[in-house]
Amino acid sequence: MDMDLETAEDPAKGVGIEIRNVTMAYGSQVVLRDIRVRVKRGEVFVIMGVSGGGKTTLLKAMIGLKPPLQGQILYNGVSFWDAGEEGRQAMLRRFGVLFQGGALWSSMTLAENVALPLEEYTDLNPAEIDEIVRLKLALVGLAGFGDYLPSELSGGMRQRAGLARAMALDPEILFFDEPSASLDPISSRRLDDLILELRDSLGATIVVVTHELPSILAIGDHAIFLDPNTHTMRAEGNPRELLEHSADPYLQEFLTRGAGSRTPLTPGTGTTS
Amino acid sequence: MKDSTPDQPAKRTRSGRDETTVGVLAGGPATIRVRRDGDELLTVEVAGDWRMRRGLPGAEVVEKELQQQAPPRTMGFDLTGLGGWNSGLVSFVLKCHESCKRHQMRFADETLSPGLRQLVHLALAVPESKDARREPAASGMLHRLGAAAMESGSQGLGMVTLLGESALAFLTFLRGDVRFRWPDLWLLLQQCGPEALGVVALINFLVGVILAFVGSVQLKQFGASIYVADLVAIGTVREMGCIMTGVILCGRTGAAFAAQLGAMKVNEEIDAFRTFAISPIEFLVLPRILALFLMMPLLCVFADAIAIFGGFLVSVSMLDVTPTEYLRRTVESITLTNFLLGIVKGGFFGILVAVSGCLRGMQCGTNAAAVGRATTSAVVTGITSIVAADGVFAVLCNALGI
Repeated sequence: MDMDLETAEDPAKGVGIEIRNVTMAYGSQVVLRDIRVRVKRGEVFVIMGVSGGGKTTLLKAMIGLKPPLQGQILYNGVSFWDAGEEGRQAMLRRFGVLFQGGALWSSMTLAENVALPLEEYTDLNPAEIDEIVRLKLALVGLAGFGDYLPSELSGGMRQRAGLARAMALDPEILFFDEPSASLDPISSRRLDDLILELRDSLGATIVVVTHELPSILAIGDHAIFLDPNTHTMRAEGNPRELLEHSADPYLQEFLTRGAGSRTPLTPGTGTTS
Repeated sequence: MKDSTPDQPAKRTRSGRDETTVGVLAGGPATIRVRRDGDELLTVEVAGDWRMRRGLPGAEVVEKELQQQAPPRTMGFDLTGLGGWNSGLVSFVLKCHESCKRHQMRFADETLSPGLRQLVHLALAVPESKDARREPAASGMLHRLGAAAMESGSQGLGMVTLLGESALAFLTFLRGDVRFRWPDLWLLLQQCGPEALGVVALINFLVGVILAFVGSVQLKQFGASIYVADLVAIGTVREMGCIMTGVILCGRTGAAFAAQLGAMKVNEEIDAFRTFAISPIEFLVLPRILALFLMMPLLCVFADAIAIFGGFLVSVSMLDVTPTEYLRRTVESITLTNFLLGIVKGGFFGILVAVSGCLRGMQCGTNAAAVGRATTSAVVTGITSIVAADGVFAVLCNALGI
């Protein structure tokens, strides 16, 4: 069974990803409840929230690392977790994932890291693969570093190399897990620019899990905000519009880094009674 | 400086206040006084030095006052006599806050000092998550037995699953649809084989020497010292060579496999394979099993030769056995069946060591301590599996008359 995302049934034209009533749990502890959202093709979709809010857990369900307790995740109308092992593998080949810290395969050089997916899933000869690898590394500003091992690079370079590997198969959807978490402000800004360039040049749908406010406001077209107390989705919309118009004090505190009011994390549980 | 003393019972002062001394320190005793200012206000007067190192004060005196009469509307604090303080005071104020909630009183935090108020606000900012607190683990014998059985069942299932997935990966390999990188296999073969020669040689040489010494003490009594050659040859070729090599590789290579895969799990490298729809079993586990399966028989042959050499040295130098006679007895005593049995067991033990190491590595948690546990567990599982499997081989050989 080979699923083609382009030709697959698409009941909602323009919707690239649909998260439908997803509930996630670790054992008996529910960490996300009834999440629903639709993401258009070519959008930068940001999953935001405080640490421990379930952002990475939702991402794990989206990239096939953890099945949801309930609900469905649809890519162009095709349910990922109902597609069977082969169907899921076919979909995964259309994804690119950048993990926190890069998650480069430590025993391989950068070039080998980028080349492996190409060797596995394309019929390119070694010279052609080498050419693509050099192109991908150049795209992330790492031209000439192909023979380096991940351990010989800085955190920012590893992150960019991870992005080169994630882009190896020209994915339709790119997932980023806390891409700026270990980066300095300049590297973080450059990575944000790179994400926007990828969206504009490749037309890829991009899913970013982050709590980095500058990144959220700089790159997000569409965002959801997860509430760690109720384990539900607390807000949805364009992050800049949410910042300007949302009346939710908790969201405002998050989006203004608490610069405004010192709102208790859960309304109604103040210190005075 | 004197440490605080345990709470003392509250006493009623002449002014009709409840007072308790909660600790006596260098700066004077830490005291709590509770007074009612009409029906509206209950004032908790906290005085003295509250830098406590032992025994946190409770809010019993406050609670007792609230239960004796109808609680007033507000609870406030009088800190005018307060000296130094630390977390003990914050803890006490939080207990008072709890009492306020229980009796539906207003908690007048404006009567606290700014620093104390800030700490109380901080402690109350995030309410306790309703479902975060874990149920205390039941400690009954039956519960522990059940938990241990479920854990064992889960581990057994994990091993069987890994074996099954590895067998499927091996079939894929036999079909020529290889999914790992050949240079990785060559490197693993080198690590499992040639790089282990030194330690395998040392241990098996000593095993040969020990067998010869132990045997000679007994056989000398019957004037049968020459049979030391038989003892060493059969003992090493059939049993000790493969067992000792298996144990050495378990501690050396099996532990390394668990640590490598565990570290990859921590760094999300295994997840990265899965998101590319590349099976980590095919890419990481299969070459490791193949490497040990191929190298163990060769190492066993090497171990046998070295152990026989150890026995030879002891016999020739200390037992008046000639080199020619020792070698002749050795060749005569080693049958092809014994030799092949040792080789087959070696290959099987290689698979067990590799599966134990890879299983524990793949089951590893996502922190540094988990990698340590995975490594220890890989060695324990590997050695236990080898000894258990050798027992099964012994029973089978006995039944088949080998």
